[in-house]
Amino acid sequence: MTDNTKTIQGRTGPWELVMGLEIHAQVASRAKLFSGAAVGFGAGPNEQVSLVDAGFPGMLPVLNKFCVEQAVRTGLGLNAKINNRSQFDRKNYFYPDLPTGYQISQLFYPIVGEGVVEVEAEDGSFFNVGIERLHLEQDAGKLIHDLSPTESYVDLNRAGTALMEIVSRPDIRSPEEAVAYVKKIRTILIYLGTCDGDMEKGNLRADVNVSVCHPGQYEKFKATGDFSHLGTRCEIKNVNSFRFISQAINYEARRQIEILEDGGKVDQETRLYDPTAGETRSMRSKEEAMDYRYFPDPDLLPLELEQAWIDGIKASLPELPDDKRRRLMADYGLSQYDAVVLISEQAKADYFEAAAQGNGTGRRDAKLVANWVTNELSARLAADGKDFSECPLPAAHVAELVELIENGTISSKIAKEVFDHVWSGEGSPSEVVEKHGLKQVTDTGAIEKAVDEIIAANPDKAAAVAEKPQAIGWFVGQVMKATGGKANPAAVNDILKAKLGL
Amino acid sequence: MAIDAATVRRVAHLARIKTPEDRLEPLAAELNGILNWIEQLNEVDVDGVEPMTSNVHQPLRLRDDVVTDGARVDAVLSNAPKSADGFFVVPKVVE
Repeated sequence: MTDNTKTIQGRTGPWELVMGLEIHAQVASRAKLFSGAAVGFGAGPNEQVSLVDAGFPGMLPVLNKFCVEQAVRTGLGLNAKINNRSQFDRKNYFYPDLPTGYQISQLFYPIVGEGVVEVEAEDGSFFNVGIERLHLEQDAGKLIHDLSPTESYVDLNRAGTALMEIVSRPDIRSPEEAVAYVKKIRTILIYLGTCDGDMEKGNLRADVNVSVCHPGQYEKFKATGDFSHLGTRCEIKNVNSFRFISQAINYEARRQIEILEDGGKVDQETRLYDPTAGETRSMRSKEEAMDYRYFPDPDLLPLELEQAWIDGIKASLPELPDDKRRRLMADYGLSQYDAVVLISEQAKADYFEAAAQGNGTGRRDAKLVANWVTNELSARLAADGKDFSECPLPAAHVAELVELIENGTISSKIAKEVFDHVWSGEGSPSEVVEKHGLKQVTDTGAIEKAVDEIIAANPDKAAAVAEKPQAIGWFVGQVMKATGGKANPAAVNDILKAKLGL
Repeated sequence: MAIDAATVRRVAHLARIKTPEDRLEPLAAELNGILNWIEQLNEVDVDGVEPMTSNVHQPLRLRDDVVTDGARVDAVLSNAPKSADGFFVVPKVVE
């Protein structure tokens, strides 16, 4: 494990960053956590609201069993301890997006306890992030401020939607690590099918706790578990894109360093990141300091889970990204880099495997298949704003393309051209090669003829090659041009060398 | 546990209950009375005793993940002092 800790040089010396993240992931479910109203995006205002969500007197919450299952599934995917007994608490505060005046959450006894996530850093090394807990809670409604200059409009469609709050340990040491961690959690959730990971819609968002300290302090904290070795943290709320996470952390760390270097004190507070201004701002005034007066929700009994039920969920887990990465490396001999790129999207890894299995003609060169999938095909899909689950090209086509390269029917250069035709829907790679006459020329007679003609037309250059063997490249280019790029490059090289006496 | 007027003011504010200044001291006295009365429970030794959550042990009732409610905007907005176009309308709140 290499050290990815970010150091920021201040006026008085170096500073280090310490971060812990709270990720809010919307549970993929049809109905809300405690009511039968639909979960979703795009309905008219307050159409997906039950009287429970709207906080009408006498309404009682009834827990959605599938949301519980999703939380357990996620906990298992995070290698975390599932608590057979958990409980719901009320977090009390007043805000117009919260009609009940409290959010049902799990403070004292969360459904999922400690776990650990393996995250890959940019340089290919791995670091572990400890998970402190995962709990279920309700989302709030939405406020719309631009419909009136003096009023706010309230839409409760989102109110009561199930969220999983995933709380990490303060194991994150740089903005890059924070982003890599959120990406990893997102990938795991998508694999598990417990959250769609759509950050644009706010279905996955992060609160980032940032503090700064002098070098050495973090190690003291790790050794003792004593938070007093670390600086005072500020919580940046609801950051909903990878770019903003990184920007917000950088800004916030510098802000804290400046305060400390001026002899000041960082106030523990909640801040908001404003992407337009590129800064974080204090969210709540100090007099309003929050006191949530948590207490067990008297409407809900403790949630008791049978071990057999948990084991059943465990048995149904899909292959998780880290296991898939290890298997792709072991089974296909892929590099870690290729494997990591492939597993970043479940459908991409599946696509690769389908193509690598070949098209009924045996396994294909996995490295070559991986290259086509992660480069050419990924780029085309990205340009069309699609992901692999919507890939119009059957995996069999990629298998066939690689087979044509492997058996020498086409060169890798021509393969790009073949791919273009296949992508634009002209048929399978073999059909395209046939239709456009793209078969590689391995007929040495034809190549020899082209070589002879070029040497004859350029006697001075041919003479120069004897002095400067690298100049053969020019001849290769000419031959390829003369044969429409279809000549087998190895054959061209051999024939040229022989004819030029090299 | 002693409650003073300042605590009553704060709790009243958090609960959004309007409380006139001259009621703070009497409320503090009443709340202290209640709390002292409850404190008698501390005399009971409950070490190792599970908190009782209901008088008959029963599991939490669960619901299937099925949409059974919604599409009742009029009912949802029926208590709203002000509404427009399906929204609740409240005085401007901006963080």
